[in-house]
Amino acid sequence: VPVASGTGGMQTVTLIPGDGIGPEISSAVMKIFETAKAPIRWEERNVTAIKGPGGRWMIPPDAKESMDKSKIGLKGPLKTPIAAGHPSMNLLLRKTFDLYANVRPCISIEGYKTPYTDVNLVTIRENTEGEYSGIEHVIVDGVVQSIKLITEDASRRIAEYAFEYARNNQRNSVTAVHKANIMRMSDGLFLRKCREVAENYKDIKFTEMYLDTVCLNMVQDPTQFDVLVMPNLYGDILSDLCAGLIGGLGVTPSGNIGANGVAIFESVHGTAPDIAGLDLANPTALLLSAVMMLRHMGLHDYGNKIQTACFDTIRDKKVLTKDLGGNSKCSEFTADICRRIQDLD
Amino acid sequence: MAAHSAVLSMSKIIKPFWGGHLGNTVKVFGTTLTSHRNKSSLTRENIPPPAKYGGRHTVTLIPGDGIGPELLNHVREVFRFSCVPVDFEVVHVNSAVETEDDINNAITAIRRNGVALKGNIETKHTMAPSVKSRNNLLRTSLDLYANVMHCQSLPGVQTRHKNIDIMIIRENTEGEYSSLEHESVSGVVESLKIITRNNSLRIADYAFKLAREKGRRRVTAVHKANIMKLGDGLFLQCCREVASGYPDITFDSMIVDNTTMQLVSKPQQFDVMVMPNLYGNVVSNVCAGLVGGPGLVPGANYGHVYAVFETATRNTGKSIANRNIANPTAMLLASCMMLDHLKLYDHASSIRNAILNTMNETRLHTADIGGQGTTSEVVQTIMRFIQSKGQLTSEY
Repeated sequence: VPVASGTGGMQTVTLIPGDGIGPEISSAVMKIFETAKAPIRWEERNVTAIKGPGGRWMIPPDAKESMDKSKIGLKGPLKTPIAAGHPSMNLLLRKTFDLYANVRPCISIEGYKTPYTDVNLVTIRENTEGEYSGIEHVIVDGVVQSIKLITEDASRRIAEYAFEYARNNQRNSVTAVHKANIMRMSDGLFLRKCREVAENYKDIKFTEMYLDTVCLNMVQDPTQFDVLVMPNLYGDILSDLCAGLIGGLGVTPSGNIGANGVAIFESVHGTAPDIAGLDLANPTALLLSAVMMLRHMGLHDYGNKIQTACFDTIRDKKVLTKDLGGNSKCSEFTADICRRIQDLD
Repeated sequence: MAAHSAVLSMSKIIKPFWGGHLGNTVKVFGTTLTSHRNKSSLTRENIPPPAKYGGRHTVTLIPGDGIGPELLNHVREVFRFSCVPVDFEVVHVNSAVETEDDINNAITAIRRNGVALKGNIETKHTMAPSVKSRNNLLRTSLDLYANVMHCQSLPGVQTRHKNIDIMIIRENTEGEYSSLEHESVSGVVESLKIITRNNSLRIADYAFKLAREKGRRRVTAVHKANIMKLGDGLFLQCCREVASGYPDITFDSMIVDNTTMQLVSKPQQFDVMVMPNLYGNVVSNVCAGLVGGPGLVPGANYGHVYAVFETATRNTGKSIANRNIANPTAMLLASCMMLDHLKLYDHASSIRNAILNTMNETRLHTADIGGQGTTSEVVQTIMRFIQSKGQLTSEY
């Protein structure tokens, strides 16, 4: 639900710069927002896990407090700890704020050529249950069982979000992706809930398609898809597949919607420790996620302005970072976008 | 040894309880016992020869639904024309009924003949969840553990990516397709994904053997072991174990979401891929799409004893059925794979060359690959090529 911009004042957003290239791309985004005069006040927080009372891992209380108040967050890439004793930070954030929907709009970027042009779709992935429930057992030595959990409530919630999103963003159709021919009860339940919710949104076309058919058609003609809603594992695979269609994780925005109106937007690429601190990073993914955030907050004009400037810079091909095929620095790329924003005003 | 006897005694306890109806879990224990012994010895060469009477092979034919019947009719037409010594035993499976008599008849027929060619049997998921997918039942009952698909770019077909040559080997009996689901509490459904050491070793072994046989350099295991640490972790571990026995072949692994991303940007990097059931479904459909669509790629399901051939992406194609627009290439190439399996190599090459010539030289394409030809036109052209090249047809 878009948040009204209040009494014309600034809106607070919790900023989590992250690790590796996180800080530099975050400052690039802050600089661009400043140039665009977007009414955003950034509150920087760190989310390194700490052990709370009772021995459970949790995010630092000041980070949680900030998010609960502002409701909106922007996050850079977080390091995945190996043998650090605590679970991944992304998982912790997801659990803390009940981030149940992962939304990835995949739109072809003019100027960044991939074999696929005219991609314009959104993947909405259920993010709390499904195959990632983490429930596994060794039944006998050599036989492992992983449990995929599908519940009525979670399926209804994600379906409702998908249709709301389609309505709010003027999308025409929602497609449920499933494998109910094989997983009759679990995906069958998911599908039933989607059908029920579709009844309340008669203005939006609802279709169902098998996961394999979606994959088959996606790589041949991605223009036939609009909004896709699906359980966790299929969503993971499909959202990355669609990211690959438009150019990879370095240019793909992503948003996580939680209960109680919380939303955290993030870049989904890695921390790139080899280029951290060298002013070589590409801030596009985080920037486009920030644009998604502006749209979520109802600040469409600012969002469109920043996005246009970003796409124009990429299309012009004069100041591109290395991963986009150029030779420029992050600061030069950022400066070019800022210049275009000023020209647009 | 203690583990073996423990499993043995457990299966003795469990079997009477469940009466063998909770299918796969009990079968899992069953295969745990048998395949451990035969693990290393069975390759495709050691499969008992299929039914061959008077010099003619008998093959089970399951027309299925959608485009299956018409495509298989074309296969029969081409075989008749080329005087292929194969007789088809046709078994119909009605997807609209709830009883399993039809599919059991089909399975018995395949056990009898050893080899089958099939169309896809539709799964109506409006029926009760206890009515399981017929195709899945067939695969698990006959223990067709390896699904093999070879995706190659064809020169005559326009695609976004060129020079693709990937062999996909997919575990075909367990994983997410175990069909073990229950509603523990109202509104909460649990679906079990089973990964066993034996089946993982078996499929990895198959993959490496096939790679060596075909002279391939690299095998990539596709998994999601960062999330499903025990399940996919076991699969990965088994692959690594088998890989250590093949030092001439490079082994690496890749997480499934990264794999799909790589496939749509740089598919030429992949050689042979091995993976559990569901990821196999995704990856094989992505690859089929990359080389030109579901109408082009044949697939084979191999077990130790039986072999069933079909189109790789197993589409029913209801929307294009009976309109004479379906692409017969995939089914015809699958029938050639079957002929190779029956050791009728000359017939297989003759038909295969005719198909590829039609595809690449005449450019007579059906609608799915951008042409305007009908199915019958393509089949006629293939038969004309067979006639012009071989002496096989002109004898009778």
